[in-house]
Amino acid sequence: MQALQILIDGFAISTLYALGALGFTLIFGVSGVLNLAHGGLLVVSAMVAWYVGTALGADAWVSAAAGIAAGLAVTLVTYGAVVRPVQRSRAIPGAERELFVLTATLLWGVMLQELLDYWFSDTPVAVKPLLSGTVNFLGVRTPINEFLTAAIAWAVMGLLWLLVNRTDIGKRLRATAINPRALTLLGFDLERIYLVAWLIYGLLAGIAGVLIGSFLGSGSSYIAGLTGSAFTIVVLGGLGSVSGTLIAAYIVGYIETLTAYLVSPALREVPALLLLIAVMYVRPQGLLGKR
Amino acid sequence: MQAFRTQNILLLAAVLAILVILPFGAGSYVLGVLTTAFYFAVFAMSWDLLFGYAGEVNFGPTFLIGLGAYGAGIGNALLGMPLPVAVLFGTASAVIGGVALAIPALKLSGPYLGLITLVAVLLLQQAIVIFAGVSGGEIGLSVPSVLSISSKINYAYALVFMVVSGAILLTIARSSLGMILQAAGQDRVAAASLGFDVTRHKILAFAVSAFFSGLAGALLVFYLGTASVNAVVDLAIGIRVIIAAVMGGRRTIIGGAIGAIFLIVAAEILRPLGQLSSFVVAVLALGVIMFFPDGLLGMIAARRRS
Repeated sequence: MQALQILIDGFAISTLYALGALGFTLIFGVSGVLNLAHGGLLVVSAMVAWYVGTALGADAWVSAAAGIAAGLAVTLVTYGAVVRPVQRSRAIPGAERELFVLTATLLWGVMLQELLDYWFSDTPVAVKPLLSGTVNFLGVRTPINEFLTAAIAWAVMGLLWLLVNRTDIGKRLRATAINPRALTLLGFDLERIYLVAWLIYGLLAGIAGVLIGSFLGSGSSYIAGLTGSAFTIVVLGGLGSVSGTLIAAYIVGYIETLTAYLVSPALREVPALLLLIAVMYVRPQGLLGKR
Repeated sequence: MQAFRTQNILLLAAVLAILVILPFGAGSYVLGVLTTAFYFAVFAMSWDLLFGYAGEVNFGPTFLIGLGAYGAGIGNALLGMPLPVAVLFGTASAVIGGVALAIPALKLSGPYLGLITLVAVLLLQQAIVIFAGVSGGEIGLSVPSVLSISSKINYAYALVFMVVSGAILLTIARSSLGMILQAAGQDRVAAASLGFDVTRHKILAFAVSAFFSGLAGALLVFYLGTASVNAVVDLAIGIRVIIAAVMGGRRTIIGGAIGAIFLIVAAEILRPLGQLSSFVVAVLALGVIMFFPDGLLGMIAARRRS
C-alpha cells in the first residue's frame, strides 16, 4: 500500500524533475551555457500561471498557456539581454567567457527573485491544477492531475526526442553541439540555430515551471533550490547527455521520495546530495557523460 | 607605469585615511554598516585568491564562512571557550573544511567543482537544521561573548582586520605561490612539467582562503552576537561574495574589498526604494560585469590611462 504510494508519487516527481532539467541540459549541450537563472525561469512561469488562474480567475488551461508564454518570454530575455551580450563582448577574454556567463546568469536569477518578491510577495503559491478530483488507483487515492502531469511531461519529452532525432532542425542542433565551427564553414547561420535552441528551452522551461507549480507549489524562494536540483540531476547524469539526465532524474526523484516517506521529510534532499558527491569522486563525468 | 602605480597607492592611502578618521565624525549607524562591509570584504578577498588566482570555481564561499562562524559559536556558547579560543577553534574548523574541499578540486574543475562546492553549502545548511539542538537550527545560535559593545571599537577591529588580511592575501597572491597558482589554473600539466607541485599549492590555496574566510566568519559572529543560517551560510550570502569579488575586479584581491563595500553601501543608500533596492543593486552589478569585465578597479585604471 505505502509501497505503491511511493511508486506513484516518486514517478510523478521524477518525471517533473526530468522535464525541469531537460532544457538546462539541452542548452548546455548545444551552446555550452550553464544557465544559473534556470530556477528563475521555472518560477516566473508558475507565478504568472498562478496569477492568471487564481487572481484573475481564468480557466486552468488558459492560465497554463499564459504561464508557458511567460516562461518563453523570460527565457528569450535571458538569452538576448544577459547571455548573448556576455558571449559577444570583446572586453571579456575568451577563456573567461564561461565564468562570466555563470556570474551574469547567477545575478539575473537574483534579479528575477527580487522582481517576483516585489510583484507577488514571497509567499509560495499553488498553480491551479489542470484537472481536479482524485481517482482510486489500485487502492491508492491519487489526484487525477498527478497522472495528467506525468502524461504531459512524457508527451513533451517524446516530442523533443522526435524533434532532436528525426528532423533537420534536430540534426543542426546536434551538429552544433559537436562542432559549431564546422557548421559555420558549411554556411549555416549559427545565431539562428542558437535562437531555435533557446526557443525550445523556453517552451520546456515554461511547461515544466507550470507543471511543477501545480504539483509542488512555487514561489520566489524556490528559485535557488530548483536551479540546484536541475544542476545536480544534469551533472549526475553527465553534462549534456539527455538519457543520462532522464536516468538521474528518476534516481534522485525516487531517493527523495523514499527518504521523505520512510525516514523524514526534513531529510529529503540529503541522500541524493551525498550520492552526487560519491559519484563525482568515482566518476567525475557523471553516469552517462563522455568527456 | 611606475607613476600610475604610485598614484594608485596614494589613492588607496587616501581612502584608508578617510576610513580611519571616520569614527570621529560619523554616527554609530554608518559605522555599523561599514563594520559589516569590512568583514564582507575579507570574504570576497579570500574568494578571489581561489578564483582569480587558482581559477577554482568555488560557489560555496559560505561553506567556509559558515564553518568558521558556527565553529566559533558552538565553541563559545556550548563548550565554554573564551572568545579568542573560540575564534581559533572556528578558524581551525574552516581550514579543515577548506582542505576537504581541496580534495575534489584536485580531480574536478569548472562546473563540476562548482557543483560540489554548492552541494557542500546545502549539506552544511541541512546539518545545521538537523542538529538544531547544537546549532540552534533555523533560529540561530546566540553567543554569550561579544567583541565590544562600542560601535567605534567594533569598527576599529573590523577595519584593522580587513587591512591586515588584505595585505597578507595580496602578498601571498603576488608571491611565487600566486604565480604558480595562476600557471596551474591555466594549464595544470604545463605547470607540473615545470616541476611545480601543483597538488600541494592547490591545497595550500584552499587552506589560506579557508583560514581568512573562517576567521572573518568567526569574528562576524562575535560582532553580531549570533550565528544564523541567514547571516553566514545561505546561498544568497555566497552569491553576494562572488558578485562583490567579480564586480570589484577579479585577480586583484583589493577589488574584492572595493566590491564588497560598494555593494553594502549602495544597498544602504538605496534603502528608501524599499524592496526594489536589492534589484537595483543587482542591475548595477550586472552592468559593471557586462561592460567593465575588469570591475570597478579596472574602470579606475582605464580612466587613468585615457
